[in-house]
Amino acid sequence: MESQPPEERSQQRSKGLPQVLVMKPPPLLTLFEDKFISSKFQLLKAWESTLPLDQFLTTYAGSVRAVLCSGATPITPRIIRLLPSLQLVVTDSAGVNHIDLNECRRRGIAVTNAAGVFSDDAADAAVGLLIDVLRKISVADRFVRHGLWPAKGDYPLGFKLGGKRVGIVGLGSIGSAVAKRLEAFGCTVLYNSRKPKPWVPYPFYSNVHELAADSDVLIVCCGLTAETRHMINRRVMVALGKQGIIINVARGAIIDEKEMVECLAHGEIGGAGLDVFENEPNVPKQLLELDNVVLSPHRAVFTPEGFMAACDLVVANLEAFFQDKPLLSPLIHE
Amino acid sequence: MDSIGVLMACPMNSYLEQQLDKRFKLFRFWTVPDKSLFLASNKDSIQAVVGNASAGADAELVEALPKLEIVASFSVGLDKIDLAKCKEKGIRVTNTPDVLTEDVADLAIGLMLAVLRKLCESDRYVRSGKWKKGDYVLTTKFTGKEVGIIGLGRIGMAIAKRAEAFSCPISYYSRTKKPEINYKYYPSVVELAAHCDILVVACPLTKETHHIVNRDVINALGPKGVLINIGRGPHVDEPELVSALVEHRLGGAGLDVFENEPYVPEELFGLDNVVLLPHVGSGTVETREAMADLVIGNLEAHFQKKPLLTPVV
Repeated sequence: MESQPPEERSQQRSKGLPQVLVMKPPPLLTLFEDKFISSKFQLLKAWESTLPLDQFLTTYAGSVRAVLCSGATPITPRIIRLLPSLQLVVTDSAGVNHIDLNECRRRGIAVTNAAGVFSDDAADAAVGLLIDVLRKISVADRFVRHGLWPAKGDYPLGFKLGGKRVGIVGLGSIGSAVAKRLEAFGCTVLYNSRKPKPWVPYPFYSNVHELAADSDVLIVCCGLTAETRHMINRRVMVALGKQGIIINVARGAIIDEKEMVECLAHGEIGGAGLDVFENEPNVPKQLLELDNVVLSPHRAVFTPEGFMAACDLVVANLEAFFQDKPLLSPLIHE
Repeated sequence: MDSIGVLMACPMNSYLEQQLDKRFKLFRFWTVPDKSLFLASNKDSIQAVVGNASAGADAELVEALPKLEIVASFSVGLDKIDLAKCKEKGIRVTNTPDVLTEDVADLAIGLMLAVLRKLCESDRYVRSGKWKKGDYVLTTKFTGKEVGIIGLGRIGMAIAKRAEAFSCPISYYSRTKKPEINYKYYPSVVELAAHCDILVVACPLTKETHHIVNRDVINALGPKGVLINIGRGPHVDEPELVSALVEHRLGGAGLDVFENEPYVPEELFGLDNVVLLPHVGSGTVETREAMADLVIGNLEAHFQKKPLLTPVV
């Protein structure tokens, strides 16, 4: 039997405050719950109910105007249909691939993301993964920890980062931050983007295949959309070449993962640094056996500073919305 | 020149070994069963020694080789060579500066990122097969952290340039303040350590800089501080470092060098806040080849009575 529904519980706590629906708590909320205590809104916590989600929404979320979501709680047409009063979707991430943007556009629902607050951390992780792959940091660390240095002598040589041609796939906030860092290491930066950016000093390539053919490294920093799904395919990887390195801090599905695993296993590309995968938390078993890959469990943006800045931005967007003020980081539909 | 005897102190690079073998009469010191006997028998044939970070030409070796004219080091560090003795006897000394600066600086930043962002620990975690959704582990942001550099020579400056691209404020300690440099200067290593988040050792190893990172410095760096050593093991008081890490008095460490290589204190093997590397600072295919070419170039220049390429003495 349903004991006091969350909607009633929270109304008793803060009468009259507009509600923000949360279907499952994003990491931000779990880690920094106090930051979400606001005088402008209260949270409607669907996960605290024993009702199945659809029923909960129909019963309690009829007048909800805003929803806080994350990758684990996609905003699908079905969810949108169950929220007739919805006017705002706020996500905790920079990525918006889990939100049906077309449906939002059709319904006049605004969307905000956590643009910019994660860029430094994502760029730092991308550069860290690249140095790790080229200089074999994680695998050499394992070598030392297993006591192999005295027995086996000098460790095999890595490869120099300076002078490498780095192709950035998607020159947004994260891609630009990566470019700025790698220039200091003496890398040559090239990029592919939906449209050329004439104000940046780097050469533009209109497609990823040409970018790969002219690069030693590809760093994936773009969003996941219908166009970018499996954009890094076998043809692109073969163009990158046998010494080529791929770094992915964006979304797993931008790369054809099955093909990448084959290319790595057969030496068609030289190595990879991956923070994201097509079917997290599942990672293809063959990758676990390779020494030329560095693997990370989707943590590129997991720092307290990044998360706190994201919290502040999410709360600021919600408070602005409920005060009829302009949103801070609305997605502009191009 | 194939009658000129060159003694290679230890195995260091097969390309270099091949080139030395081709051009000179090469003696491989590590293959010799009795070193003193070997030296006594061959002392008049050896005119050059090629050393590296592990083994060079100490006073004893220099004294044992009366025909020694030049010591060419496959490294930029000179701590394994008795420079005073070489100078006294008119023996030339060369090293391999500049060609390895970028790789060592790259590795220093790589270690900072690996320690702060727990990259090696993340890789271990995924490989263990234990990754499940909902595991939130926060790591430490690198951008904007205060980086303190001990020794602002070629390598120190290259590290500073890279760290600046991550918006890291730079401070340094050096024997003398460099007025043309805009970074904040501290007149002691303890003060530098107290004011930075990440402390990097980038100075040469000499009598003065032995254990330059001692208990006081480690305490000043503190439980949130990270030490990066891409210099020489003896720059750091290793037992002090180990106990500070084990007792959480120091936040973390990225170490490419140790006091007694290839032996690394086993207490470090179980720690998540350290990254341990087997002295790979200049360890890339490209750079080791450039270093080998410099060694060969210096030796040939000397024996052809031309100016040395990168003389130290």
